[in-house]
Amino acid sequence: MSFILECRGLTKHYAGRPALNGIDLQLERGRIIGLLGPNGSGKTTLIKLANGLLTPTSGEILIAGSKPGIETKKTVAYLPEQTYLSDWMRVRDMLAYFADFYENFRVDKAQDMLRRLNIGEGDRLKTMSKGTKEKVQLILVMSREADLYLLDEPIGGVDPAARDYILETIISNYSENATVLISTHLITDVEKVLDEVIFINQGSIALQSTVDEIRENRGTSVDALFREVFRC
Amino acid sequence: MLSWTFTGNRPIYAQIVEQIQLKILSGEYQPGQKVASIRDLAAEAGVNPNTMQKAMGELEAADLVFTQRTSGRFITEDTEKIAKIRRHYAEQSVLDFIKQMQGLGYGTDEMITLVSAIIKEENK
Repeated sequence: MSFILECRGLTKHYAGRPALNGIDLQLERGRIIGLLGPNGSGKTTLIKLANGLLTPTSGEILIAGSKPGIETKKTVAYLPEQTYLSDWMRVRDMLAYFADFYENFRVDKAQDMLRRLNIGEGDRLKTMSKGTKEKVQLILVMSREADLYLLDEPIGGVDPAARDYILETIISNYSENATVLISTHLITDVEKVLDEVIFINQGSIALQSTVDEIRENRGTSVDALFREVFRC
Repeated sequence: MLSWTFTGNRPIYAQIVEQIQLKILSGEYQPGQKVASIRDLAAEAGVNPNTMQKAMGELEAADLVFTQRTSGRFITEDTEKIAKIRRHYAEQSVLDFIKQMQGLGYGTDEMITLVSAIIKEENK
C-alpha cells in the first residue's frame, strides 16, 4: 500500500524566497503525527501544498499516490488555520454546507458531538466565543470519514480545557487506517497523543521520529528536544 | 480513581503499563474485571490509541491482562501473579528508600531503629 502522504524533493518558493527546500517525507497510515516547528518554518505551506491550495515550485507531493486534486480532496479533511466559514452562518447552515460538499460527512456524528457541547443548531458563528468556534470547526472536520486529516494549529488560541476537548475529539474520531497530521508549536499539550513527530525548520525537515524513540533513546520529552533543536 | 499523569522523559506506553499495574494492585481494577476498549481507555488517559494498544500488548505478554476472542479484555484472575507484582513494587519502594537514607548518611541499624520508632509512633 502506498504512503498516505509522500513528498519528493518538494520545494516551494514565494517570490523567489524559499519556504520549503526539497523536502523528502513519507507518512504511513494509522498514525497521529505532529508537524512541529517555530513560526515561519513552513508548516502551513506544507499543509496547503497537500491540499492543492498551492502548487510546488519543484518536486512533488502525493496523497495516497495521487497529486492533490478533486479526487484527493474527497479523502482529505482539512482544518485551516483561519476559518473559511462566514460569520452569518448558523450551525445548521454549516452542517448543510458540509453535507453538500462532502459525501463522507457524517451529519449524525457532528450533531451528536454538538449536542454534547450544548451547541444549538440555531446558534450563529458570529456570537460564539473563540474556543467554541474552534470546537465547532474541528467537529465538522472530524465528522468526515477521511483517510487523511490535516489540522493546522487546531489548539492555538484556546484555553487548556478546550485543548483537552479538541485532542480527545481527535483521538476518538479518526479511524484506524486514517492518519492525522497536526501542526502546532504547543508541544507539551499534544505530545502524549502523538505517535510520531516531524521537526521542520526553515523549510527543511530537521527530524522525523516516533515519540517513543525520542523518549527511549534520548531520555527526554519531545518538548525538551524541540527546545534544544530550536534554541534561539 | 487514580488519574493518569505522565512525566516527560520516559515512553508513555511504559508509564501506562506501570499505572495499570498500580490500578490492579490498588483494587481499582479487580481480578477478572473487564477492561474498557482501547479507544475508550486512550480517550480517558488522553493518549494515542496506538500507545494504549502497545501498553496492553505488554500487559498481555506479562499475563496481567488476557483477551477473550469475542468478549474483550480482562484483568488476570491469577491472584498469585498479582501478589508477586505487589511484592516487586514493595521491594522497589524499599530499595529507593534505602538509597535515599544512605544519601543522608544513615547506616542499616540506624535505619531500622528509625523505621520501627516511626511505625510505633504512627500506631499509637
